[in-house]
Amino acid sequence: MMPFKMPRRGAVAALFMFAAATALPLTATAQEAGKRGGTLVVGYTQTPRHLNGAVQSGVATALPSTQLFASPLRFDDKWNPQPYLAESWKLAEDGKSLTLNLRKNAVFHDGKPVTSADVAFSIMAIKANHPFTTMMGPVEKVDTPDAYTAIIRMSTPHPAIVLAMSPALCPILPKHIYGDGQDLKTHPRNSVDIVGSGPFKFVDFKPGQRVSLERFHKFFLPGKPYLDKVIIDYTPDSSSLMLGFERGNVQMLPMVTIPTDLKRLSVNPQVTLTPRGYEGIGALNWLAFNTTRKPFSDVRVRKAIATAIDKNFVTKALMGGFAKPADGPIVASSPFATTDLVRYPLDLKKAAAMLDEAGYKPDANGERFTLTIDYAPGTDDQQKTVAEYVRAQLKKIGVKAEVRTSADFPSWSRRLAEKDFDLSMDVVFNWGDPIIGVHRTYLSTNIKPIVWTNTQSYRNPKVDELLNEAGSVLDPVKRKAYYATFQKIVTDDLPIHFINLIPYHTAVNKKVGNLPTTIWGPLAPYDEVYLK
Amino acid sequence: MRTFQLTLSRLLQGLALVFAVVVLNFVLVHAAPGDPVETIAGASGGMSAELKAELRTQYGLDKPLPVQLGVYLGKVLSGDLGYSYFFNLPVAGLIAERVPATLLLVMTSVLGSFVIGTVLGVLSSRKPNGLLSQLINTLSLVGFAAPVFWTGIMLVLLFASALPLFPVSGMRAIDSAGASGFADMLDVLHHLVLPALTLGLIYLAQYSRLSRASMLDVLGSDFIRTARAKGLSNRVVLYKHALRNALLPVITILGLQFGNVMAGAILVETVFNWPGLGRLAFESVLRRDYPTILGVLLFSSIIVVVMNLLTDYCYRLIDPRIKAS
Repeated sequence: MMPFKMPRRGAVAALFMFAAATALPLTATAQEAGKRGGTLVVGYTQTPRHLNGAVQSGVATALPSTQLFASPLRFDDKWNPQPYLAESWKLAEDGKSLTLNLRKNAVFHDGKPVTSADVAFSIMAIKANHPFTTMMGPVEKVDTPDAYTAIIRMSTPHPAIVLAMSPALCPILPKHIYGDGQDLKTHPRNSVDIVGSGPFKFVDFKPGQRVSLERFHKFFLPGKPYLDKVIIDYTPDSSSLMLGFERGNVQMLPMVTIPTDLKRLSVNPQVTLTPRGYEGIGALNWLAFNTTRKPFSDVRVRKAIATAIDKNFVTKALMGGFAKPADGPIVASSPFATTDLVRYPLDLKKAAAMLDEAGYKPDANGERFTLTIDYAPGTDDQQKTVAEYVRAQLKKIGVKAEVRTSADFPSWSRRLAEKDFDLSMDVVFNWGDPIIGVHRTYLSTNIKPIVWTNTQSYRNPKVDELLNEAGSVLDPVKRKAYYATFQKIVTDDLPIHFINLIPYHTAVNKKVGNLPTTIWGPLAPYDEVYLK
Repeated sequence: MRTFQLTLSRLLQGLALVFAVVVLNFVLVHAAPGDPVETIAGASGGMSAELKAELRTQYGLDKPLPVQLGVYLGKVLSGDLGYSYFFNLPVAGLIAERVPATLLLVMTSVLGSFVIGTVLGVLSSRKPNGLLSQLINTLSLVGFAAPVFWTGIMLVLLFASALPLFPVSGMRAIDSAGASGFADMLDVLHHLVLPALTLGLIYLAQYSRLSRASMLDVLGSDFIRTARAKGLSNRVVLYKHALRNALLPVITILGLQFGNVMAGAILVETVFNWPGLGRLAFESVLRRDYPTILGVLLFSSIIVVVMNLLTDYCYRLIDPRIKAS
């Protein structure tokens, strides 16, 4: 059982909901009526480069960026879009245009109104600069018939466009500040005097140390946010971070994965721990094969290796029961996930027989072949421990594996990019819509010397076709069908053996109310969060 | 005049050294696998080939290494340390923001361990086989043998977790913004205790052992016997005659050690999340943020050269013979 508690949904909260629903569009799920005031200190290990999420992806930037910048839409905990800067929206029947009707009371932190010109500027800026190129790829232009209507025009039907309006993916920048002609990726205002229209405004950013934000009094949702201040404090060492949290210096820890930390947090009576809020990023822990190298070019060998691995051991023993096994390329919490997958239950005898059949018989020493396992550095609890376990399991079927450690991220990513690996553990995010985070790993057109592309060099024309179809059809039922076939094929071709869902948890001090548990969890505005 | 000449020649030597350090560091950091664009792609959760190429061009990473070195040297000579690839902020600013924290930590632990270590050394040299001397010896041996990170973690477990007397990490309380000058100073001092103690312990051991040995050496020489024969009090002999001579090697070590202390600060700053140069350097290495690494190393090498120069002056103050020769 996952040790988490749901926010209370008392009668008062329900009443508030009703009252709020009549006055303004309701966001997210049932939330309690908050109390004004207080400072929330969020502790995290990775420091952001800067705070402008329009040109910089990744969790570190998204944490502060979603507080500073509002986006056209936000999402609840069931993948339903909710009004945010846009009061209403309409995706055209042909899927080639999305009309956003903006609310008229939204202003930036410098007092200037948020208009369709800002939306048009931001979306084109994201298309030109954001690292996720498929996200706004088909966008051609944004029409602005009036100050509060923006129509996003696309060359082909683009079903991911609604999800791409999320806080973490589509921050709306003030054109009068960022549209001064300077390169947005290196714009000085990405780090200083940042101006957005989100619930919190910028106070200070000390690179590598902390980000300080304070309540924006003219935020467009009346009465929100509840908190006076949000401070994101960076401590690279996770054990110091835990100590600081236990002492009450920090009130919220997003994205905790280390099993010993989770165990400690789950028995702490002062702490609420929840695994909810990570459906959007959809993080998978997997074992990738270099399918151009022998013997992994032989699917029978890949299947034999998969059959030697017990995912339950990984999730229960190595990860203390906090993680769940993953069986396919799309995380189970996604609306596009299917359960009709090819699975590889543990069977060492069968695995050995499969290798015999593939022609890799054991030699005099009982050894069939040798291989290396790399792993992405930085999250040893997910990566290194599993790599070591796989090594031990492979030994049982006569495969000698060596775990190769990389000194740091660039060393490892270089190995992957140059295809200088046999097997590698990796953490990869779905990022909400498969178009953004899934296609990149399997399209044969995306075999590139870059980490987190199709570094497995996997080629299947049928998969290419299915993904391209699923990426350009609007009907969710049809899309789901395409993705279902895709998932079955990929788990049968096995360029990647999926191990587990990263057991991300958010830990908060019991004093914190309305913890963020929508699909984007901590990467969404904290306007509802309050201190009891 | 001689002082001036000496200063000039030392400065020239120092400049040559700093130049060599810059060139060597430049080659070394570029020898590490991967480049900053890979890190940025990593922090972004993936990136297209076009964007990567664009970034490489922007940072000049597409040019041959000697050209990059030339460009960098030219910039450094004109006083420009460049922009951090990771933060897109001027390196000089990033360093300036971190210098006070590191100087505070390093100065406190070096001067503290120098003073306390010397006192302990002198105390223990008075009765080299006494109980006090044995105790000081044992303690300093433990302090010297324990690795910095281990001492740091133990101190945190003891005095920040089990017995929460001191803060776990950082230099100021997290929501301390706007505290008045005096309250802020107390807050910083409170945070300084554990890191300074951790870093200081190693050097304390060295100073106490060195000053003890040096004192014992000096106390056995003829002029001490003469001083005692003249009927001078033990205190005058010990502190005026012996200590002054015994201090010379200790000061040499003090000057030489400055570089080591900067290195030790990296570990201590990492354990205690102290927002200093050491942590900046360490994290910049992991990010392959070349301009920042080079900037920090350049700054540290200048500090070391300056400290050595100051050590030379200290000699002259303490030992008149050096001035004459």
